Amino acid sequence: MNAIAENLKTVSHGIEVREVNKEFGDFQALKDVDLIVPDGSMTALLGPSGSGKSTLLRTIAGLEVPTTGQVFIGGEDQAKKPVRTRNVGFVFQHYAAFKHMTVFDNIAFGLKVRKWDKQKTRDRVTELIDLVQLTGLAKRYPSQLSGGQRQRMALARALAVEPSVLLLDEPFGALDAKVRKDLRTWLRRLHDEVHVTTIFVTHDQEEAMDIAQQIVVMNEGQIEQTGSATELYDQPANEFVMGFVGEVNSLDGKLVRPHDTEILPAPTPGAVEVEIDRVVRLGFSGRVEMLTVPEKKEVWAQLTRSELETLNLESGTKAYVRPRPDAVTKEDTGALDDAFKEENPAIHKPTSVEPGLPV
Amino acid sequence: MTGNAGGRLSRYGLRFVALLYLAALLLAPIGVALVKTFDEGIGEVITQVTKPDAVHALKLSLITVIIAVPLNTIFGIAAAHVVVRTNFRFKWAVNALIDMPFAVSPVVIGLALILVYGTGGWFGADLASMGIQVIFSTPGIVMAVVFVSLPFVAREVIPVMQEIGTDQETAAETLGAGPWQTFRSITLPAIRWGVTYGIVLTTARALGEFGAVTVVSGNISGETQTLPLYVSKQFETFNSVGAYSASLILAILALGTLLTMNLLRRKED
Repeated sequence: MNAIAENLKTVSHGIEVREVNKEFGDFQALKDVDLIVPDGSMTALLGPSGSGKSTLLRTIAGLEVPTTGQVFIGGEDQAKKPVRTRNVGFVFQHYAAFKHMTVFDNIAFGLKVRKWDKQKTRDRVTELIDLVQLTGLAKRYPSQLSGGQRQRMALARALAVEPSVLLLDEPFGALDAKVRKDLRTWLRRLHDEVHVTTIFVTHDQEEAMDIAQQIVVMNEGQIEQTGSATELYDQPANEFVMGFVGEVNSLDGKLVRPHDTEILPAPTPGAVEVEIDRVVRLGFSGRVEMLTVPEKKEVWAQLTRSELETLNLESGTKAYVRPRPDAVTKEDTGALDDAFKEENPAIHKPTSVEPGLPV
Repeated sequence: MTGNAGGRLSRYGLRFVALLYLAALLLAPIGVALVKTFDEGIGEVITQVTKPDAVHALKLSLITVIIAVPLNTIFGIAAAHVVVRTNFRFKWAVNALIDMPFAVSPVVIGLALILVYGTGGWFGADLASMGIQVIFSTPGIVMAVVFVSLPFVAREVIPVMQEIGTDQETAAETLGAGPWQTFRSITLPAIRWGVTYGIVLTTARALGEFGAVTVVSGNISGETQTLPLYVSKQFETFNSVGAYSASLILAILALGTLLTMNLLRRKED
C-alpha cells in the first residue's frame, strides 16, 4: 500500500469509485475501477487516448451511468442522483461556452438556475471574474475571447455554484503549448486558493506530474497504478507505467531509466555492445546517445559531469551498457511499442529537454 | 494584365447572366403584375380587395397560417431533436418521413386526405356523425396546409442542432439546469435563426399553397376559398384587376414576413 493510500485512512473521502465497470455495447471502457480521491486534493487521470480516463471522469460526473459499481462523492452514493443534482463543476476540453451569453451571464448561469437574488449573484460573479483574471471583460461574448480566456471563464462558471468536486476533461487540450503551460501553473495556484477536490484528465505526463498530487495511470480501461509522481517514476508497478511515465531504454529485453543506464568501457557479462552516437553536455549533467550493435536501436544514458569526464567518450567509439546494479527494471515484452507506436512516438525517444522529474 | 481584364470580363459577364435570369423569371412578371394591378386606378384596387369574398379569402388564409405555423414550428423543433439527439433503429425512416411532403405532389396529398377524412373515407362517417366536417371545410384546409409545410422548420433546425453539438447542453445540465430550462435558455437561443428561417419558409408555403387546398376545400367562394384560390378564380372569370389586387395582398404578406425576420436579425447584430 502506498503512502497516499495510507494517508487516506485519516482524511475524509472526497471521491470514491468502487468496482466500476462500463460497457458500450461490446466494448468495455472501464474494467473493475477502484479509486479514492482525497478531499481537497488534485488528482490527474493520465493515459493514452482510449484508455478510459474520460469515461471515468464522465462517470463520476454522472454523464455516463456505470454498468456496475458505485460512485461516492463526500461519502454519499451517487447512483440515484442525476447530473444536475450532483453539484459537480465540469470543464470541457472545448470550453462549452454559452455562445449567446456574455462572460457575466455564462458565469451567473448556475446561480440563476439556483434562483440566487440579483445582488448576491452580481457580487459572486464579480468576485469570480477577478479570481480567474477576466476583470473588465464581463460584457464580452465568448467569441471575443482567446482560448485561454474562454477556458478560464468556463472554470469560473463551474466554480460559481460552489461544487463539491471539480472535474476537468483535458482542460488545456485545445490550447497551444505556451498558453497551456501558463494556465497549468495558474490552475495549481487557483487550487491552492479554493481547495476544491479536483480531478483532471490528461494524456500529457508532464502536465500530470507538474500539478497533480496524485496521478492515476490508466490503460485499456484499467487503473495500472495510483501514486505521486515520484512513486510512479521510482517504483513503477509494471512495464506500462514505467514506459508511460518518464523516459526508458530497452536493453536486452529490459526497460531501464536513462539515469540507471551504466556505460562501461570494456565488455562485461550482461552488458550490451553499443556505438557512441553523440555526447551532449548540459551544464552540470550530460546525455550520451548510443546505438546498439548490430540492431542500431537508440539508447541513451543520463550522466553527471564527473562521470562523463571519467569515461571520456567520443562518438564513433564502442562501449558497453547495462542497468546499474540497483536500477529499477521491468521486462520489455514489446507491449508498450504496440500500444504507443502510432499514438505517441516520443515515448521511447530521448527528448531535447533535460529529462527527469520537476523538483 | 490580360488575365486581370479577362477575370473582370468573366465577372461582369456572370453578373449580367445572373441578373438577366432574375429579371426574366422574377422581376418582369412581378413588375408587370404590379403595373396591371393599378391599370384602372387605385380606387378599383380598393373596391376589389374589399369585396366580401376577397376579405373572406384573406381571413381564411390568415387563420390557416396562424394554426399551421405554430404547429409545424413545435413539430419541427421536436422532430429535429429526435433526429439529432436520439438514437434508435428506425431513425432513417423518421428522417425520410419528414421529407415526404416535399416529395409527394400536393394534389396527391389532398386526395389522400379525402380518402381518409372524406364522407366515404375511413373516419369520414364517424366524424360526420359527431357533426365534424373535415373535407370541404376549414379543418381540411388547415390539415392540407400543415401537411405541405411540415418539413421546413425541421429541415432548417436539424443542421444547426448538429452544428452546435451537445457540449453546451451538457454544461447547463452539470450546472443544475433541468431539461426545460436547458432547452429554453441554451438550445433555443442557439437554434433561433434556424427556427426563424424555418418559420418564414413555412409561412410562405402556408400562404401560397394551392394544389392540396384546391382538392380538399371544394373551392367555394366566400366559404372555403383561400387567397390563392380566390386569385385563380378571379383570373378564370376574367376579373384580372381582382386577381392582381388579391395577388398584391399575398405579395405584401410574404414581404412583411421576410422584412420582420430581417429587422429582428438586424436588431440583434
